[in-house]
Amino acid sequence: MRRLFDDELAELDADFTEMGMLVSGVIRRAVDAFLERDAAAAQQIIDEDHKINEREIALEKKTFEMIALYQPVTSDLREIVTILKAVSDLERAGDHARNIAHSTIKMGQKQKVSELEQLMAKMGQMTTQTVEDVITAYVNKDDHEARSLADVDRQLDHLNHQVRSESYKDMRQDATFETGASIYLNVAQDLSRIGDYVTNVCEWIIYLRSGQIVELNSASEGTES
Amino acid sequence: MTTKEILTTQDLHLYYGSNEALKGINLSFEEKGITALIGPSGCGKSTYLRTLNRMNDLIPGVTITGTAEFKGEDLYAPNADTVQIRKEIGMVFQQPNPFPFSIYDNVIYGLRIAGERDKEKLDAVVEKSLRQAAVWDEVKDHLHESALALSGGQQQRVCIARVLAVSPEIILLDEPTSALDPVSSSQIEATLLNLRQDYTIIIVTHNLQQASRIADRTAFFMNGELVEVDQTKNIFMNPANKQTEDYISGRFG
Repeated sequence: MRRLFDDELAELDADFTEMGMLVSGVIRRAVDAFLERDAAAAQQIIDEDHKINEREIALEKKTFEMIALYQPVTSDLREIVTILKAVSDLERAGDHARNIAHSTIKMGQKQKVSELEQLMAKMGQMTTQTVEDVITAYVNKDDHEARSLADVDRQLDHLNHQVRSESYKDMRQDATFETGASIYLNVAQDLSRIGDYVTNVCEWIIYLRSGQIVELNSASEGTES
Repeated sequence: MTTKEILTTQDLHLYYGSNEALKGINLSFEEKGITALIGPSGCGKSTYLRTLNRMNDLIPGVTITGTAEFKGEDLYAPNADTVQIRKEIGMVFQQPNPFPFSIYDNVIYGLRIAGERDKEKLDAVVEKSLRQAAVWDEVKDHLHESALALSGGQQQRVCIARVLAVSPEIILLDEPTSALDPVSSSQIEATLLNLRQDYTIIIVTHNLQQASRIADRTAFFMNGELVEVDQTKNIFMNPANKQTEDYISGRFG
């Protein structure tokens, strides 16, 4: 039996995926802007952040309506709950992209530190890739992929650690590097947090498929905000 | 909490003539609590409910095989006393069916048949039963007026009181709220939730939200078979069987 609910759920699903692609694009642009010290691109990201927030609110409103009007159960309910929870994770990941844009502007044209730049490029690439992958995993409702993506989060935490020790080392050698170092630290922390939110979305994909609430990377570093 | 089984059916088959309406139902009920029987029309859930206090005996051409035991006693033994069975396993029907006499006389009907004449005792039973059925406050000043003058929801609660008056252990309800408005329905649900601590309640309902709201366990029937039985939250959150999922998500039925 074809249900009106199925049409609305398909629409909700498509809207969520679209928001995922939007957030993923913003993260990629934020990383590129930081690596290229492109303040104008960074400013554009900051100016457009409200679009993500508005989408989050629209999706939340839609899920509330669907719960009230259709009283979904079983996998229908799980799909709606997944979107309701994951949409907040996406929005917060978007906030960290905005933080990176702020850091980019603050960084101005300060001296690049090549070891740190390399680490940041690696982290940035890994983060943008994992955000794209988690959206794909959601679209395919692929819980195996979701489980394997949690591993990327661990690698990001490890890189974040490396950035931290490298920055502290450089600061000890050159006290004037303090501001620059703190920006590297913040951006690495933002990327690592995006990885955490990706892991949350992975957990919701697993819930969607299995009904089990799992904790991936419970011992993960950098889960404190 | 240790619970024990009060009612058990094993390989229970029921035929209307040559039509097999129940195809070997294995299901047990523990003491206390509410079990909801759900499933599409014609799935056998009401037929099954009626086998539990031998209501199907009245239908011509019915054949029943397998076992149905209440506290280890065969409900279908040749010497089983159907009056006693229906006292211990009472039933409430879809349409409120008060007898055309006073509220008081409705409630004590069973006791009067059993020969109880002690006015004080009867008075006490009437009050206790009507209180248990959560309708006492509404009818206490009209006990000697006709039960037919009550609203549908009140009539249904009086019918529940009538069952309670004979101290049953099990209460069977066959879609008890489907003829009632939402407010009356929620009063019946509240009544059942109070009774679940003291009685074993088995309810057939087409209202899935009613099952999810009040039942401890839910059993899904289809085409004369028991497809799945589990804690209600498992049935509604993550059923094991695809047919169960499709039915309660409204994909068919």
